[in-house]
Parts: sequence; C-alpha cells; structure tokens
Amino acid sequence: MNFLYQNIYYIGAFGLIFIGLYIVAAKKNLIKIIIGLGFISTGINLFLIIIGYIKKGTATIFSKPNLNPAQMVDPVPQALVLTAIVIDVAVLALALGLVIGLYKHYKTLNIRKIRGLKW
Amino acid sequence: MIFITFLVIIMLIGAIVACIFKDLLSAAIAAGIVSLIASILFYFLQAPDVAMAEASIGAALTTAIFVFAIKKTERYEENEKDN
Amino acid sequence: MRRIISFILLIIIFVGIYLALTHIPYAKDKMKVSKHYINNGIKENGAANIVTAVVLNYRGFDTLGEVTVLFIGAVGLGMILFGSRTNSKDRTPASLILTTGCRLLFPFILLLGIYIFIHGHLTPGGGFQGGAIIASGFLLNYLGCLKRPVKENGINAIESLAGTIFVMIGLIGLLYGGYFLLNFLPKGVLNTLVSGGILPLLYIAIGFKVGAELAGIIYKLME
Repeated sequence: MNFLYQNIYYIGAFGLIFIGLYIVAAKKNLIKIIIGLGFISTGINLFLIIIGYIKKGTATIFSKPNLNPAQMVDPVPQALVLTAIVIDVAVLALALGLVIGLYKHYKTLNIRKIRGLKW
Repeated sequence: MIFITFLVIIMLIGAIVACIFKDLLSAAIAAGIVSLIASILFYFLQAPDVAMAEASIGAALTTAIFVFAIKKTERYEENEKDN
Repeated sequence: MRRIISFILLIIIFVGIYLALTHIPYAKDKMKVSKHYINNGIKENGAANIVTAVVLNYRGFDTLGEVTVLFIGAVGLGMILFGSRTNSKDRTPASLILTTGCRLLFPFILLLGIYIFIHGHLTPGGGFQGGAIIASGFLLNYLGCLKRPVKENGINAIESLAGTIFVMIGLIGLLYGGYFLLNFLPKGVLNTLVSGGILPLLYIAIGFKVGAELAGIIYKLME
C-alpha cells in the first residue's frame, strides 16, 4: 500500500501508454487506432510533467514580490510539453483527413482489407 | 491522496472502455474523458499552463474532430472474426 | 492469436521499462539549467511567468518550429480534402432560442480568448490556450446556427498575416545587432501589463495565428 501511494502517478502514465500501444497493435478499425495514438501522446506528456515535480512545490509565477524561488517546480518540461500538445492536435487532424480520403476510395475502414498499393 | 488514486483509476477504466466498445461514438467520448482527467492531474502536479492547454485543446477540439470524422465514415465497427 | 502475442510482448517491454526507471528519484531537486532560469528569469526578461519566458525567450526557436508544423498540418489537410462539398439540404435549422443564444455568446468567447493571450506573461495562459478558446467560439457558432461568422478567405488572411508578423519581429531583433528574436524593447516594471519587452507582442501574434489555424481546420472538416 505504501508502494501504491508513492508511485500512483507513474502507474497512471504507464498504464495509459500500455493501453494505447495495445490498441495500436491489435485493433482492426482505423479510427480506433487513431484514438490509441492519442492515448500514447497523453500518457507521454503526463510522464514528462511528473519528472519535473518537487515535493511541496509551487507553480513558477512571481505574482507576489517575495516568493521563495527554491520551492518552485521545474519550468523547462512544462514549456516543452506545451509545444507537444499543440503539435499532437495537428497530427491527429491530418491523420483523420487521410482516413476520410481512404474511406472515399476503398469504402471500408478495416485495415486487413486495405492491402496493396494499386496503380 | 485518496482523491488522486480515485481519479487515476477512473482514467484507466475510461481508457479500457474506449478499447472495448464497438460503437465508435462512445469510444470518442471516452477519449474525451481521459483527456479531461489528465488535465486535472496536470493541475495537481503544479503546472497550470499545461492544464489549460490540455483542457482546451485535448478535451474540446480533439473530440470535435473525431465526431466530424465519424460522421463522414461509418459509425459501427465490424464484428466478424477474421484474422 | 494476434491479441495474445501483442499482449505478451507488451508485458515483456513494460517489465524492462520498470526495471530501468526505478533509478529516477521522484520529487527531488531540479536540474542546473532550471535553477539558472528561475533565479535570473526576472532580471533578464521582466515577465512574471517563467514558463512564458522559457517558451518565448530562452527557447524561442522551438516555438517558431512549432508554428511551422501547425501550418504544414493545416495546408496538408486542405490539400487532401480539396473539392469535396456535401450538399446541405439534409440539415434542418435549429430553434430560435439556440440560434439567438449562439450568436449572442460569440463575442464574449472571443473576448475571453483575447484576454487570456494578452495577459500571457502575468498569469497562467498564453497564445496557444487563447487561440484554442477562439477556435471553440467558431465551433459553437457553426454547430448552433449553421453560419460562419468570418468568411474563409478572411480566416486565411488573418493566419498568414499573424505568422508574417512573428517572423518580422524576430528579424527586427536580428537588425538591432545580435541574434534572431532579441529582446529590444525596454523591460518595464514587474507585474504590469506593459512589461517584458517583446513577449506580449509575440504572444498576440501566436494567439491570432493558432486561433485562425484551428478555426480553418474546423471549417474544412465541417463541409
């Protein structure tokens, strides 16, 4: 129980990556595979923010004149994750555009049936 | 601490629900719930900028884009058992 | 068969990851780079929000790359779905309360988005969050009363103009001597609206660009 209380954030992030990888590897419908891709991205962003956390830390905003700068959390992973979230939505939009184009051509969304590049 | 454990368990149950259901609309809404709980966890990890970005971009716009894509293709997954 | 094999492979991978990652200390001290950014952030930037300073000043080139990737994604989507209009005769208009409510709410949502990215260097927030809220306002208006508040050519013009302004501000910094995205305006008093050099101007350009981009993606998918 003590192990659970100390590592609950890690279990959440890695559980999400595990479920996302399982969906990408073993499912047949194209839209479900893209949902799994979104889960992997969310899990990795959560893991990056967990690394930058300090016990009893505060957010890095100097709103009052004298705040203790030794008690603040790490600001560099937050800046990188901000960029990663916005890029993920662009990738998901482009992937769904490709799925719509594929559906118009093949009339099915099963990846076992869309085989071969036909000229 | 009990509250955070509760939230993580609900997030993992939501992800498993999105894996199992055959109705694609329910799977897209379960993905939205996972994004929302991830945004709350970002707030508890003292990162308010990232929480605001994940809530507005992940929970609102990604779910809307999925619903538009489902509208233009099929709604139900096939259930034949072939490999 | 495929499911069982993938499950076993994933369990092996995750046991390996767990054995490798137990050596990372949880909730201990920060890295040296972050200590330098927090201790000297106010003197070098003038902004109260350190994450804004890191995104726009210390790592400003990554933000330029991210703006480029968003632009490529939107252009690619427009190219794939080119010339595919569905006929809209199977859409019934909504009731009077819904259409009036949606049209009434649109300026307030726009105002909230603009407030969030103007105060990006003082409170949590910034360009990306404000832009996403503006795109949600466009989405509400298009779902509620089936009308586009701004025409499509106007959205594309706003997006291109905002991206050009971002690069122009960086090039002016290059002319002043030094490097791209140099902070050439005075830093001002801490915790006021006009402070932090060029940081508010950059976030205003990014806010309009991201908002117009995501609204364009919604327009293209909704046809």
